[in-house]
Amino acid sequence: MSEPGGTLAANIAMRRGELQIEIELECGPGITCVMGPSGSGKSTLLSVLAGLTVPDRGTVSLGGQTWLDRAKGIDVPVRNRRVSYMFQGLALFPHMTAQHNVEYGMHDLDRSARASRAIQLLERLGVAHLANRRPRTFSGGEAQRVALARAIAPVPRLMLLDEPFSALDRQLRAQLIALVRELVTELAIPLVHVTHSVGEARLLADQVLRIEKGKIVDRGAAATVLADVTHIED
Amino acid sequence: MSWAPLALSLEVAALSTLVALLFGTAIAVLLAWNKVPFRELFYALVCAPLVLPPTVLGYYLLVALGTNSALGRAWESLTGTTIVFSFTGAVIAAAVGSLPMVVRSARIGIEAVEPNLIAAARTLGASPARVLRTVVLPLAAPAIVAGAMLAFARALGDYGITQMVAGQLINGTETASIHVMNALYGGREEDARNMAIVTTIVGVGLLYLANRVLKKLSGAHV
Repeated sequence: MSEPGGTLAANIAMRRGELQIEIELECGPGITCVMGPSGSGKSTLLSVLAGLTVPDRGTVSLGGQTWLDRAKGIDVPVRNRRVSYMFQGLALFPHMTAQHNVEYGMHDLDRSARASRAIQLLERLGVAHLANRRPRTFSGGEAQRVALARAIAPVPRLMLLDEPFSALDRQLRAQLIALVRELVTELAIPLVHVTHSVGEARLLADQVLRIEKGKIVDRGAAATVLADVTHIED
Repeated sequence: MSWAPLALSLEVAALSTLVALLFGTAIAVLLAWNKVPFRELFYALVCAPLVLPPTVLGYYLLVALGTNSALGRAWESLTGTTIVFSFTGAVIAAAVGSLPMVVRSARIGIEAVEPNLIAAARTLGASPARVLRTVVLPLAAPAIVAGAMLAFARALGDYGITQMVAGQLINGTETASIHVMNALYGGREEDARNMAIVTTIVGVGLLYLANRVLKKLSGAHV
């Protein structure tokens, strides 16, 4: 069922209002943390990688398969990229139960296989008791776990996290970070994680990219890039 | 008092609401797509029944659907009957008059769906049709239902367009609103009063029930 993610490569250029974004990156299987002040282009980068936004110029590929090449007119639709995207607000479907949220991305499986995998994932993430409940009844941590289960359910080739843990307390955040690390290692896919938290990046990142005003200003191992950084400005 | 006018009005209102619901929702979906050219002009045209006098709207419908129009002739050759001065004409007239209620309400509901929910569905592999069916329309349902309720109320109370397009009698029966008018001018004041009261009770009662359903639907999504 699992298909290795391979290396994510992107080289994009686009204008977003006043901001000129020019980013070139390469992320192998593992966790890449993207850090930078608000409005520096981090979320736009994720949106381009997912295929939700088309840049003015550039290319995006995963494992040698071209997803986007503006010059050649290639733009693989979002639904065919197998990307899991965890949004800041989680974007759980409010009219569906936890189980149906998790099942949503598994449309290539039959109904009973979908249901059993969804329950299995909810159990693994410790929220099986929420299976028949809707998101409005979840606590912050429960919602994160359900969103994580939904994100990994379709066995993605690439995961994108846009500060999904920012509203959680420290202990809960540490638990989820450990869980994300475990899942990404197991799936052997690249994960691009936007965060403001230096602590989170130190714990999670195999690679850190620092972005300012639409450009990468520093990149490398977390220990090197974040050696003298105590916080990232908003 | 004969119940036939009220029954006819309810029948016309129910069918025209169904027509307005289907077309109105489809138009609202189209309007939510920002690639549609001249979409605000199109929106203004669809909503014109809100500002046009019923007689003007009725006139346009008579021209468009009458026996001299291409549509009218095609209908006549297919069915052997005319659209105007018929039950079908009454349904179309009421549907056109109440279409803006559904379109306006549905558009607001559809545009209020959080963009991240749509983006999440897309990244989870959903086609545009599936996103619409499983995320957008269910979340916009309370607004669409609210629009349908207003459309029903408008259709039930319609007088001007119906009279222009369908005439005084449909299959030998008047609609409730026409019945009230005719009874009043025909000196049957009690008849007019009774029909007015019954129509009010039925209309308000149905709206009250629909409001309760709507509240339940809205609450389920919060």
